[in-house]
Amino acid sequence: MTPAEIRNEILDILEDIAPDEDLSGLKDEVAFRDQLELDSMDFLDIVMELRKRHRVQIPEESYGELASMQSTVTYLEPLMKDLQKA
Amino acid sequence: MYDTIIIGAGMSGLAAGIRLTHFDQRVCILERHYTIGGLNSFYRLRGRDYDVGLHAVTNFTPKGTKQGPLARVLKQLRFRWDDFALSPQIGSSIRFPDVELDFGNGLELLCQEIEAKFPAQVDNFQRLLEKLIEYNDLDQAAFESSAREVLCETITDPLLIEMILCPLMWYGNARENDMDYGQFCIMFRSIFMEGLSRPFAGVRLILKNLVRRFRELGGELKLRSGVRQIRSEDGRVVGVELDDGTLVEGRNVLSSAGQVETLRLCDDITDVDDRNTGQLSFVESVSVLDCEPKQLGHDRTIVFYNDSERFHWQVPKDELCDIRTGVICSPNNFAYDAGDGCLPDGVMRVTSIANHRKWSELAENDYELEKLRWYDQVMESAVRYVPDFRKHIVDTDMFTPKTIRRFTFHDNGAVYGAKEKVFDGTTHLKNLFLCGTDQGFVGIIGSIVSGISIANQHCLRN
Ligand SMILES: Cc1cc2nc3c(=O)[nH]c(=O)nc-3n(C[C@H](O)[C@H](O)[C@H](O)COP(=O)(O)OP(=O)(O)OC[C@H]3O[C@@H](n4cnc5c(N)ncnc54)[C@H](O)[C@@H]3O)c2cc1C
Repeated sequence: MTPAEIRNEILDILEDIAPDEDLSGLKDEVAFRDQLELDSMDFLDIVMELRKRHRVQIPEESYGELASMQSTVTYLEPLMKDLQKA
Repeated sequence: MYDTIIIGAGMSGLAAGIRLTHFDQRVCILERHYTIGGLNSFYRLRGRDYDVGLHAVTNFTPKGTKQGPLARVLKQLRFRWDDFALSPQIGSSIRFPDVELDFGNGLELLCQEIEAKFPAQVDNFQRLLEKLIEYNDLDQAAFESSAREVLCETITDPLLIEMILCPLMWYGNARENDMDYGQFCIMFRSIFMEGLSRPFAGVRLILKNLVRRFRELGGELKLRSGVRQIRSEDGRVVGVELDDGTLVEGRNVLSSAGQVETLRLCDDITDVDDRNTGQLSFVESVSVLDCEPKQLGHDRTIVFYNDSERFHWQVPKDELCDIRTGVICSPNNFAYDAGDGCLPDGVMRVTSIANHRKWSELAENDYELEKLRWYDQVMESAVRYVPDFRKHIVDTDMFTPKTIRRFTFHDNGAVYGAKEKVFDGTTHLKNLFLCGTDQGFVGIIGSIVSGISIANQHCLRN
């Protein structure tokens, strides 16, 4: 998957977790927490959705990498680059 | 072999089931009754639809609100706000002998009412609100401290204390007389700071959404499948035995049957200490009217009444019911969407405290007679606080603690479960967990939160 595809995938997960959120104005470099009202349960869900959809395992000590869209894509790129987009 | 077996298809069991199947677990919900819903089920009688429990869904926040239990429940279960189709209350009231406090969703009206009726307590009430904000960080000891004590430290008019406690105890207090301070904070937020609501179609809408989702995700629901024993080996559950003798195996078991009730099912315990079982149960008297309550001059959604200055929250000792206090709910008095139209009938529901043991000791004939007798007394008591609607009654139904016990299998027909909650949901068996009422959260939204958080904490970690 390319970084753009990973980004789309994360957007898809966010849409799934928070269907009433408007994601169109999401800023990639700003923390999710500051624009989306995600709590710790939601972050856990991003991790679980990645595991469910792509078998990507994210260890607990790396949860901090998922703070913003930018950092998430950067973190996931090496883990997901060999995956085919479904 | 299931990943998780869930005992009970009430709100908490169904919510847990959705979380687990969403993350690809094989899940089976086992329910002893022939229908879903547990303490908040629904039924049909003489051509009309009734809800068992639903007065109001608490924790109401408008569409777009991103914080609070309702938003969290929707997100965790992947529902949209519109799926629950909640319409807000019109306005409710706490009525004591000479004072009445109206409140709506959000604190505004309540604050105005306190200013008008308890002007000397305005600052004290603000101090209480400031304290309440800290409830998220309460440890277990602080959680279990006395709500009455905290209230006495802030509010100096005993009548206002009783009036604040009345609705909060009615909607979620498993202890007699006093309330855990933590539980007080939770109920204060869910009723006064957030608010009350109802789906036009009643609780069946919520339940049908939950069960449909669970099934779409591949979950299995087995009705008429009571669990009679939880089998264990070396401190771990290996499976459960159903009432018909079938064995079902699972890696984890999540039970919403209640704490003491669940322990009683375990094959490794012979003597269950049942001092923790809940005692508080209700009679619910439902009256169908030939007109809308509004046409009789009654526009309140819920009226919490109490006929003396002191609010008594305890199981009656010598009588079948205690009708000094009660809750009067008018399902018609919610602000439904114009497109919904009106409910088919006018309805007034009155809840009163009742004694399970006394109701269950009655012989069949006496039981029916007492129901009639108490229905009349409950009405007599209620119409002191709302316009007399008795001439407009066209049908009635009444259920008692015995009914609640018979259809939910909770000891004493206790509605808010055990006195001491098991917050971490663990038991003496490593892979047996409690969810629902006895884990700590009560009410519709509360029990859904409970199912979700126990599933997350104990069944979804690898
Ligand atoms: C009269 C009344 C009015 C209420 N009003 C409101 C209200 O207005 N607003 C609100 O939010 N809440 C209200 N409640 C409270 C609310 O209904 C409950 O807090 C909530 O439904 C509890 O859900 P639960 O999943 O924890 O438990 P339950 O609903 O009790 O679920 C447990 C399930 O387990 C099943 N079970 C038990 N033992 C076994 C076994 N051995 N094998 C298989 N299955 C078993 C039971 O049949 C039951 O279906 C009311 C309740 C009542 C009774």
